[in-house]
Order: sequence, then C-alpha cells, then structure tokens
Amino acid sequence: MELTALLLSRIQFAFTVSFHIIFPSFTIGLAAWLTVLEALYLWTGRPAYRRVFEFWLKIFGIAFGLGVVSGIVLGFQFGTNWSELSRMSGPIQGPLLGYETFTAFALEASFFGVLLFGRSRVPAWFYLFSTAMVALGTTLSAFWIMVNNSWMQAPVGYAVENGMFVPTDWPAIIFSRVVWVRFPHMLLAAYLTGAFCAAATGAWYLLRDRFTAEAHVMLRMGLGLAAVLVPAQILFGHLVGDYVHDYQPAKFAAIEGRWHDEQPAAEVLIALPDEANERNLYELKIPILGSLIGSMSFTSKEVGLTSFTPQDRPPVVIPFFAFRIMVGCGLVMLALAWVGSWLSHKGRVEHYRALLWLIFLSFPLPFIATLTGWFAAEVGRQPWTVYGVLRTAHALTPFLTTHSAAISLLVFCAVYTFIFAFGIYYIYRLLLAGPAGPLAVPPEAAIPNRPMSVIDEPTHEAVDALAAHRPISPVAPGE
Amino acid sequence: MILFWVTLLAISLLLYVLLDGFDLGVGMLFFLRRDEVGRRAMMNAIAPVWDGNETWLVVAAVILWGAFPLVYSVLLSAFYLPLLLMLAGLILRGVSFEFRAKALSLRWIWDAAFAGGSLVAAFVQGAAVGALVEGLPVQGVRYSGGEFGWFSPFAVLCGVGLCVGYALLGACWLVRKCEGDVLETAHRLIRPLALALLAFLVIVFVYALAEKFQVMQRWLERPYLLVFPLIGALAALVLARSLRQRWDALPFVMVAIIFAAAFGTMAISFWPYMIPFSITIAGAASPPASLDFMFWGGVFVFPLMLAYTVVSYAVFKGKAKPTAGHY
Repeated sequence: MELTALLLSRIQFAFTVSFHIIFPSFTIGLAAWLTVLEALYLWTGRPAYRRVFEFWLKIFGIAFGLGVVSGIVLGFQFGTNWSELSRMSGPIQGPLLGYETFTAFALEASFFGVLLFGRSRVPAWFYLFSTAMVALGTTLSAFWIMVNNSWMQAPVGYAVENGMFVPTDWPAIIFSRVVWVRFPHMLLAAYLTGAFCAAATGAWYLLRDRFTAEAHVMLRMGLGLAAVLVPAQILFGHLVGDYVHDYQPAKFAAIEGRWHDEQPAAEVLIALPDEANERNLYELKIPILGSLIGSMSFTSKEVGLTSFTPQDRPPVVIPFFAFRIMVGCGLVMLALAWVGSWLSHKGRVEHYRALLWLIFLSFPLPFIATLTGWFAAEVGRQPWTVYGVLRTAHALTPFLTTHSAAISLLVFCAVYTFIFAFGIYYIYRLLLAGPAGPLAVPPEAAIPNRPMSVIDEPTHEAVDALAAHRPISPVAPGE
Repeated sequence: MILFWVTLLAISLLLYVLLDGFDLGVGMLFFLRRDEVGRRAMMNAIAPVWDGNETWLVVAAVILWGAFPLVYSVLLSAFYLPLLLMLAGLILRGVSFEFRAKALSLRWIWDAAFAGGSLVAAFVQGAAVGALVEGLPVQGVRYSGGEFGWFSPFAVLCGVGLCVGYALLGACWLVRKCEGDVLETAHRLIRPLALALLAFLVIVFVYALAEKFQVMQRWLERPYLLVFPLIGALAALVLARSLRQRWDALPFVMVAIIFAAAFGTMAISFWPYMIPFSITIAGAASPPASLDFMFWGGVFVFPLMLAYTVVSYAVFKGKAKPTAGHY
C-alpha cells in the first residue's frame, strides 16, 4: 500500500484517538468512584475509604493528565489534517465541541486543581463537591463527544449550503436515537473499566496478602458494580447494533461477515474473511440466528456486502475481528463479575486464589473491549467520514504533503510512546507502594465536626470482618 | 450575533495569553533555579491552575471552529508543522507536572521537558501571530503558502518576542506567589525582561513600518489606536514604581495590562479582517443557526467558566507554600 498523506493522516488519527480513549475510559469511571468513596468517608468516617480514595487519586492524577494532553491534540487535528471536514462541518461539529469545552473542560480543569492540591484549603463539603464536579465534567465531556461522533455516524438535522453542513434541527442532532444508545454504551464502558481496574488491584493485593482492608473495599465495590453493569452493557451493546443495522447496513454486514444477501440469514460466529474473493474461510455459522439478531425475526432478509459497490464498502477484517474480541471480553468480564461477586458476598473470595489471579489478570479486558469497540465503529464507517455524505478522501487537507504527514505521525508516535511508557511505569510504582502511609491531610481537617474520628479507626481485622459480612452497595458509582 | 462571538473569542484568547502566558513563562525560567526547593516552589506556584489556564486555548479553538470554521480550517492547516511542535511542547510540559513529582532519578528528564516544552509552545504562538500580521497567502477558502509559507524573519522575531513577554509574566507571577530566594531571583529578572520586551516592541514597530506591512496603514487611518500604547506606557511606569516599592502583587497586574494593550492594538488593527487581508469576520462566520445555538452556551455557560476560574484562583490565593504537600 502506498504511503499517501491520506493514509498517514488516517493512521495518525487512529493512533492518537486510540491512545487518548484509554485514559478517559479509565478516568470517567474513576472520578465517579472517587466521589462515592469521598462521600462514604465523610458519612462513615472509616479511614479505609479515605486511604483508598487517596491512593486512587494519585493514579487518577497521572491518567487524567495523560488524557488532557492527548485530548488537545485531537481537536487541533481536525483542523490540521482534515481541514476540508472542519470547514464544511464546522457549523455543526464546532458548536458541539464548543459545548463540550464550555460545560466540561473548564469545570473539570478548575476543580481538578482543588482535588489534587486543595484538601487542606477548603472545607470538607467543598472538597466532596469538587470531586463530584470533576466527575460531572468528565461525563459531560463524554456526552458531547458521543453527540459529535454519532452525528458523523448517522448525520441528521442538516442541509448542505455553499459546501457547508448547515444545522437545521439541533434537537434532532442532540436527541438522535443513535446518541442515546451510544452515550450509555460508552459511559458503561468507562464505569466497567474503572470497576475492573479497582477489582484487579484489590485481587492483586489479596494475592500478596497486603493492604487487605483496602483490597476488600476495591474488590467488593469493583466486582459488585461490574456484576450489575456488564448485563446492562450487553443490552446497550445490542441496541447499538440495532442502530448500525438500520443506519449503516454496510458496516453491519462487515461486522457480521456476511458477503451475500441471505433470507433467513445465518450468524457467522467465527471465520477468516477473504476480502479479495468476497467470501469467508473456515466459517462456523448458525442458521437463522443472523436474522434473529439483526431484525428479531426468523425469516427476515439481511443485506450482504456484495449489495454495495466496492467503493462504498468498509474494510471487513478489522470490524469483523474487533467486534468479536469486544464481545469475548464482555463475556469473560460477565463471568468474572458474577462468580467473584457471589464468592465475595459469601466472604470466601480470598480462598480461591485461581479466581483472584483471573480477576487480577482481567484488568486489560475493559480497555481492549473499548478499543476494539471503537475500531469496529470507526473502521466500519469507512469509506465515509460523515456517513454517506463526505468521503474520508475528500475530508483531507488538500495540500497536505506526504512529507508533513509523515513527520507529524513520527513525532506523535515518539512523544506518545515516551509519555505512555513513563506514565504506566509511575502508575505501576504507585500500585506497588499501595494505599499505605499516613493520610496527606489528617482527618481532623477533613471532618471538622468529628475531631476525634481517628480514635474510631477500626483495626484492619475489624474492617476485614466488616467487608466480609456487610455488602457495600454495588450500584453507587453508577448513580 | 457575529459581534458577540468575536468578543467572546477575543476574551478567550486574551485570557489564554495572560493565564497560560505566566505558567509557560515560569516554565522558561525554570532552569534559573538549580536547587530542588526553588524548583518545587516554582512548580507549586502554578501546579493547581495550569490545566485550567490551558483550557482557554481549547475554548478559543472551539469558538473559532464553531463560529468561524473557515478561519479555523485555514489557520490550522497553514500552521501544520509549527502547531505540531506546539502540541508536542504542551504535551511534554503538561505531563511533567505529575511525572516530575513521581520521578526519582530521572527527574531531570521532566525538568527539561517542562522548560523546553514551555519555550517551544511560546515561540510557536508568537511566530504564528507574526506570520498572521505579515499576511498569510490564501486563495479562496484554502491556505496556499506551502509547508513553510508562514516562515519569515518577522515571524521568528515575534516568536522570540512572545517568549520574552511570557517570561516576564512568569517572573511577575513568581514575585506574586513565592517567597524567599525564588522571589528575589524573579524580582531581579523583571527589569531586564521588561526592557527586552520594550526593545522588541520598538523593533517590531520599526520593522513593520520599514517593510510597509499593510497592517500599518491602519495606524494612519485610525489614530485613536494610539490610546493602547499609551495605556501600555502608563502601566510600564506603574510597573517600575512597584518594583522599587516592592509591591509583590502589582507587577503581574501591570504586565497583564501591557499585554492587554498590545492585544487590543492588534485586534483593532486587524478589524474587520480575521486573516488580514483575505478573510473578514463576516465572511468567515458560521450560519446563524450555528451561532444562535452556541449563543446559550456563550451567555449562560461562559460566565460560569469565568466563575470556575475565579473560584480556583481564590482557593489558591496568596503566597504558595513551598512545602505544600502534593496531595
């Protein structure tokens, strides 16, 4: 394949956006969880909550910083590499991202400073409020990004005038059916990412028999939350599939690995798509299930890729496998969350070392699921940038040279690899150090009404017993 | 409505220059202190607010995209390579805040990234403004100058000038926020930096006159523009006095006024163009449906953003504690 400015720009966007999504998908969930932990701490005064909070706050700081700096790049890239898109869709995408900045960035950036540095300077309620505002900011940011991306996936409420997409119906754009299944899907993915990272860390500490009180808080809250959210996520995943089926039939056919129209359609479980010969190799499929999944019918006709001219077809291999990897991760997470929660509820989880190992090793799953889900969505949208209206090739900056595009791709790869390596290393060191040590600000400052709360501090054994017998509400961070 | 958005864009840009200006400036001055105590004090003086400061760049960028998409697409694609440098600089300095605090033996990497990233970002911003003043080649709705069409001696001069200006803002901020040795170091720097900035402004003015920049015509047509340099000169006088009297809080305010005066001068000499002299404000504006939709964000949420900024500065007001614990 020839390295053109177009291909290099696509690789660059895919690389930078994939790098970026790792951090928000982690911090959106983590911010919500931190809010719950801080509220629980203020309510119960239990130092274990506070120690877990301060421990994850340090990790949050690194991940949030990486998310912020890698996010700025994306906004600029629309203009630098995709100037035709940004000029044409500016009247729609600009205001949407404008609202993201107005409602989210300023909120989270300002209160993030208070979160990291302000505990000794503000009253306890304001500190909790700041934590909640950071969480709200990250969520609002995700919302506007999903509105924006959903408009590119299924453009509505616009007219083309003077070579620009002019908005004609903002409510249709913001309250589009597509937004309201994809936004929850992304939000749930973020909460699951936070939940599994917390649970995996807790499992790791239990395996090493360290910080058991804090480990139980992490494991129990993480698994409990996941046990409820994974089924909800599977439901929303199905609803997202419904919109793809209705609005983006070529993408749907690529994900399904369906080359020809079928009635009733079979569901390809696994295969090796052969794009050159328009067929699947080593195919394993179940009859009729394809119609059932696509249209909730035993007899419906489902569209195949050959119904589209070759220049209107997306690549098949990437969406096909990315989707299956995502679903596989989801099913493994479901099993772990249910079994783990059940045993944790019975107070026996620390006796099943193999399960603890599996939970510990599961932390990459939500990240992989989020990334592969986005690969399926974005590669499947090709060859369009704005689906059905603006081709990716026409969205590119027309005078961008291969030379410039290659330099920028190399620079971004080098810088991101560098900061990613160090970021992961510093997070690893924080995990290794664990939630021990004195509190950064003694509890007196945090809860002025209960100056003697240190005396209530339960021993680790007592906290363990508490954690074993009293389930901590698993739904809280999702509220 | 167009006027409303131009105003908001101008406010965001000015806030960005003033706020991120001082923290980029502190970054550039970072290596003046070799001791860890001094460096940590400098870092603490900006750590709680830098992220909020940088947000104003994003605010300006999205207002530009939403309200003036033509200008957004032309400028960003024209400055492809310099913006790449700026982003790399902002990324490296941005992660340095967290990474530096976590690093042990490799702290020097993040010190270098912090100082170097700040310098590069500031230089690119200055050079871009310089290129804009000199005039960018534009044909129709697209930039037509090639990879290095923005590059000129004048752009480089402006890049250096903005570095000096940001460093001055940074020094004033340190005087305001720090105590002890760091305050003394920063205090000694203000005078030479202020003189260097003054020299730069004179050179730019003479250069622009000598090269007969089209922008300079404005000064002849609009003599009332002279009010801005006058405000700047007054602020410079107060600055000199505040240095002698050791009023720690005042130098920053005065330099901010000088910056605002320079900004106002430039904004009004561009009017009614956004990219002089090819794209006007009216010609670049989004359709009314977009501007009207954003208006509610501008009226209700924009003041809220200003409020968060005020709150976060109020929480961290006064001298930063050099030992203030990293959470």
